Amino acid sequence: MLSHIRTLWLVFLHLFRKKETIQYPEKKAYLAPRYRGRIILSRDPDGGERCVACQLCAVACPVDCIALDGTEDEHGRRFPSFFRINFSRCIYCGFCEEACPTYAIQLIPDFEMAEYNRKNLVYEKEDLLINGEGKYHGYNFYRVAGLAIKDKDKGEAENESPPVDPKSLLP
Amino acid sequence: MDPTLQSVLLGLTVLFVLLHLAGFLIWVERRLLALMQDRLGPNRAGPFGLFIIVADIIKIFTKEDWTPPFADRPVFVLAPAIIMITALLGFTVVPFAPGLVVMDSNIGVLFFLAMSSMGIYSVILGGWASNSKYSLLGGLRMSAQMFSYEVFMGLALMGVVILAGSLNLSDIVEAQRGMWFVVPQFIGFVLFLIAGLAESHRLPFDMPEAESELVAGFHGEYSSMKFGMFFVGEYMGLTLISALIVTFFFGGWLGPGFLPPVVWFSLKTALFIGFFILLRAAIPRPRYDQLLAWGWKYLLPLSLVNLVATAVVVLIRHG
Amino acid sequence: MPTIHIDGTAHSVPEGVNLLHAALQLGYDLPYFCWHPALGSVGACRQCAVRQYRDEKDEKGQIAMACMVPAVDGTRCSIADAEATEFRASVIEWLMTNHPHDCPVCDEGGECHLQDMTVMTGHCSRRHRFPKRTFRNQFLGPFINHEMNRCIQCYRCTRFYNDYAGGTDFGAFGAHNHVYFGRSTDGVLENEFSGNLIEVCPTGVFTDKTLKRHYTRKWDLESAPSVCAHCSLGCNTFAGARYGAVRRILNRYHSAINGYFLCDRGRFAYEHANRPDRPRQPLVRDKDGTMRPAVAAVALKAASDALAAAKGVVAVGSPRASLEGNYALRTLAGNGRYSPGMAAAEAAAAALLVEILRDGPLPAASLHDLEQADAVLVLGEDPADTAPRMALALRQAARQQPLESVDKLGIPRWYDRAARDIIQGATGPLHTAWTQATRLDDISRPFRGAPADIARLGFAVAHHLGGDTPPVAGIDDALDARAKEIAESLRAARRPAVVTGTSLHSRPVLLAAAAVARALLQANGENARLGAVFGEANTVGATLLGGPPPEELLESLDAGKADTLVVLENDLTRRVAPALLQRALEAARCVIALDCAATPVVERADIVLPAASFADAAGTLVNHEGRAQRFFPALPHTDDLRESWRWLAALTDATWDSLDDILLALAKDFPHLAPAAEAAPGEDFRLNGRKAPRSSRRYSGRTSQLADRSLHEPRPPDDPDSPLAFSMEGAAPTCGSTANSGEKNVPSPAGVQKHLPSSLVSHYQTPGWNSVQSLTRFQEEIAGLCRGGDPGALLFAAPGGNGALAGSPPRPFNPGAGPGLLTVPAHDVFTSDELAALSPPVAERAAPPVCRLHPEDAAAHGIADDTDARIEIDGASAVLRARLDPSLARGLIALPVPVPGLPPRADDTYATVRPAP
Repeated sequence: MLSHIRTLWLVFLHLFRKKETIQYPEKKAYLAPRYRGRIILSRDPDGGERCVACQLCAVACPVDCIALDGTEDEHGRRFPSFFRINFSRCIYCGFCEEACPTYAIQLIPDFEMAEYNRKNLVYEKEDLLINGEGKYHGYNFYRVAGLAIKDKDKGEAENESPPVDPKSLLP
Repeated sequence: MDPTLQSVLLGLTVLFVLLHLAGFLIWVERRLLALMQDRLGPNRAGPFGLFIIVADIIKIFTKEDWTPPFADRPVFVLAPAIIMITALLGFTVVPFAPGLVVMDSNIGVLFFLAMSSMGIYSVILGGWASNSKYSLLGGLRMSAQMFSYEVFMGLALMGVVILAGSLNLSDIVEAQRGMWFVVPQFIGFVLFLIAGLAESHRLPFDMPEAESELVAGFHGEYSSMKFGMFFVGEYMGLTLISALIVTFFFGGWLGPGFLPPVVWFSLKTALFIGFFILLRAAIPRPRYDQLLAWGWKYLLPLSLVNLVATAVVVLIRHG
Repeated sequence: MPTIHIDGTAHSVPEGVNLLHAALQLGYDLPYFCWHPALGSVGACRQCAVRQYRDEKDEKGQIAMACMVPAVDGTRCSIADAEATEFRASVIEWLMTNHPHDCPVCDEGGECHLQDMTVMTGHCSRRHRFPKRTFRNQFLGPFINHEMNRCIQCYRCTRFYNDYAGGTDFGAFGAHNHVYFGRSTDGVLENEFSGNLIEVCPTGVFTDKTLKRHYTRKWDLESAPSVCAHCSLGCNTFAGARYGAVRRILNRYHSAINGYFLCDRGRFAYEHANRPDRPRQPLVRDKDGTMRPAVAAVALKAASDALAAAKGVVAVGSPRASLEGNYALRTLAGNGRYSPGMAAAEAAAAALLVEILRDGPLPAASLHDLEQADAVLVLGEDPADTAPRMALALRQAARQQPLESVDKLGIPRWYDRAARDIIQGATGPLHTAWTQATRLDDISRPFRGAPADIARLGFAVAHHLGGDTPPVAGIDDALDARAKEIAESLRAARRPAVVTGTSLHSRPVLLAAAAVARALLQANGENARLGAVFGEANTVGATLLGGPPPEELLESLDAGKADTLVVLENDLTRRVAPALLQRALEAARCVIALDCAATPVVERADIVLPAASFADAAGTLVNHEGRAQRFFPALPHTDDLRESWRWLAALTDATWDSLDDILLALAKDFPHLAPAAEAAPGEDFRLNGRKAPRSSRRYSGRTSQLADRSLHEPRPPDDPDSPLAFSMEGAAPTCGSTANSGEKNVPSPAGVQKHLPSSLVSHYQTPGWNSVQSLTRFQEEIAGLCRGGDPGALLFAAPGGNGALAGSPPRPFNPGAGPGLLTVPAHDVFTSDELAALSPPVAERAAPPVCRLHPEDAAAHGIADDTDARIEIDGASAVLRARLDPSLARGLIALPVPVPGLPPRADDTYATVRPAP
């Protein structure tokens, strides 16, 4: 019984405490760099699209709101021919970012995406792709992958030895 | 002035004030709750966010008035009206100041008790007519809760009635000139507070609604103004209980002469409204079976003891 | 059945298998790479290590490779043993030291056996800090993409390509950790089974180049069990689709037909369904004569008006259309006015061969029967080009007799390296009789001659086998000796088979094969089989429906007895003489064409109703052995693109709303086709109350795929024709197959069906096994029946064995007697099938159209090698490049099938040849 009265008293005292509310549009809250907000597609340090259309983000997405289709340029570099995120479905869980093997898809600290028309929440690749590396700097998937692309032949990736001559029997 | 005309005019004034007060309370409660929770609450629309009331009213009036196809239509429509009517009728016997009472009845206490019992029908019928399981559960809980707490609510008041020697509320207030009844009838006050809280089914006794269990319980199927009537009815019930606590235990309009009696009455009532909001912010909802057990096992015997003790004391002093 | 003990649990396993085979069949998760159920064991990858114990007293045991240990009675091993587990993990780790960081850009990712095995063993991070070895890739043609860096040296590719499929242009090069799998130089992989490298390779070294162009992960495909429609064998396939297009074909195991392998025609021909010029919108010719797109209702109104106003309707069906389509067409036109669509000569040959199969002496041979046969005579057929998968089966048959010497040495046949070393490339009796060289000649004893001589050889073989076939009059000694030799080897065989086909359209050849079959029955009894090759996927089905040849119907159009022509999925220019076709089409008031390809008939038609292809239609095909098989759509049909039978149902007064309705009607009209309805469960089938899913549970992008058009996600399309749902939701393909517990044989609770019927399994995947190697979980026994039995229903019951089909040997072919050179067909695996030739990657492999003739004939007609020759048949003529081919008999000219502009070949079509100006 006493504890109830104490509770009442303590709650009453809270009337006079400093308020936690941030008056949002005038003042903005601090959002950590790893805040999970709007999704972007980034580029690698050379300016190429990081996304290789591996479909892992799409399959990781618990609400299936990512759809893409892959294609490749004449040198074998892969990129998405379209990349669509339906933000009216997105739950900002960040699984796509975790699944992404190339740091291409990233969630950034921006949540201000309200729209009067739901259709405007469907973002295509041109809406998602930024001209930068986003949160993760310096990573270039094709520098570590074995696939040959333009300006990177076989054996030129990091930690690769030059191509062997299969017709040689030398040790 | 013709006394009948005077009653009618007073009645209309009370109606006008109460309905606006109910709307105002929406804002008051939201702001107060927010402040107690270290928030700011609605503060955007108008000065201090007061226009939230207007926004709420517009919203509640313009929402789709949906009657579920599976509902019992006439009863479904009737139920919200009952709670409004009974709560408003309860106010007719409340004396706001000397002579300022719509119906100066000499059975005022009984009339109030009757009206508050009638109010249960609203909830039960609403829950029944909605024809959905959560609504029905809410209605059933309400009936059990109200029956249990009704009993000692009346008994708790009997001490006051014995002391005042009248069922007329004005007489009861007058009888407190020497001492507010909260002092001799402290147990009666506490019991009435609890029972009143349960009668108005506000947190922590909002078992019939119980958002987290019954998804709004008896009014789960209601929308638009039908829901609005339940909503307003709840605030009027809150005001009524506060007004009656003041009338029965805190000397009604009585107070030092530098303020007019109506103001004293309003101030005391507002204080209790605030207290009820504080209760909502602070105390969690008890378990349903515990609520009933508590009512029957402890509160009812306590109220009987209180009544007997009061009667004995009065007998000895006047005997 | 031997009893073996795995981790202390006793299990019964089949006779004569190895421990890996047994463990996988029991449901244990035991990693492996180099072992393949069809290729056997070589113990190359060291992955399937287990601890093997001598007896129950042995507690120490030793590490052994499970694939090299026979699972004989009393074998004891431990899979869970700590050291064996660690051994397997370290094998993966060193295999992965050079594996590139490629999974996101690798087409195998998500269905990679190497990925599965790496996860299974628990290896996750590369400790090896030295550079990765790299290779340069090769260009391997339009089918296969090469990415050599990913290789883990399991040798499965060469074992399949060279050892199993008989390829010669591929191999392992280099040494130590530089072993390279490829060709000696860049170039197209020549073998027509190269596509199987995609499935045989446990990782992404060989991937599907056609898939690469429209890449989709396995989990995103909407797959349906399908049946290959590009030859008469009816191999089972999975058709996978996404975003409205077919993305790839995978092998679907059928123990009696294709087993583990497909031919390249079947695997890559699917692209014909994605052609931009494919009719997808109904077209109606308006008043001023131009074709205009119309919605389905308008086109149907136009068609039914035309049919109502017609003075007579004739309908030409097709041996490449489904049974349902042909039946609906026959219902529309009526008996006598419907033709199965094969040219007269082909139709007669097909009808005769069907009769031989149905009422003849021997049961029809499935491909599995042929694979097991230890002596085969291929009489008058060239399976390598007309039924490629059968050629692969015959290649295995040629090993059967030499393998007996392996059995004698007590070495199990799955011990592949040892078996091949013992055989030393020897081949058993495989005799081919064809007009020219074939790609089976490297393993067979070929006989080359004119069709009449082939028939005479057959009759002579029948005579020498004994029985009632009289000797062939006037046979020359060489031929007789040859026949005697063939007869001896057939008689000595335990499971002999004779294979024939309709390619030559020659009645005597078929009768000769029937005579051999009858003699085999008498000489050799029960195990003998008769293999048959037909022209197209549903030739048998169309033949069973019966009807006059199209020539007859077109004549009636020309004669004015009818004025409306309905053509179902048939390019009549391939079937009918050009002159007749032109006259008939000119005489026709209205031509209604239903097709899934833009054929010349579609271009001429007045009303075009776009027919669904194999990818968006459900239907039944009857294969070469009379097995009715259902194919299901991977993509939903739409209002404007429907199954042929659905279009035709709207034009008749029949009330067929679903495939089951039309099959019911078919069974009533044609009782002998009634089993076709049993080929797969009907639409009302449910597994524990649920439909079978087309997609895997991981199917992605459902709420976003169509979001650019509408945010209101439509419900998945209904499929009224099959118990398959266009969804990831539905019954799991295998419930209760438990990982690593050996509990596969635990009975399921009462009332709960555990597995989908094999005809409804839409992809192979089980937890932990995402690659096609998960197939072991979908079989009753590894390399045995599918779970719950193989799909399909045989139409021909046990053979009647009557001798009514007796024929007599024709007169020998006399090169100088005819009015020119006798035409014989030269099929090409990539061009002879109409739809396959429309697939761009297949067309890339197409052989250039040439006519072949004997050098002496060429000299006689004044034609030099590699010059143009003008060929005239019945007034029609065409110019083809000439090639001299000494393997061809004198007096013959081999023409590609078909030759545009020339009438279709009958068995006695002569051509005159002269140099083109």
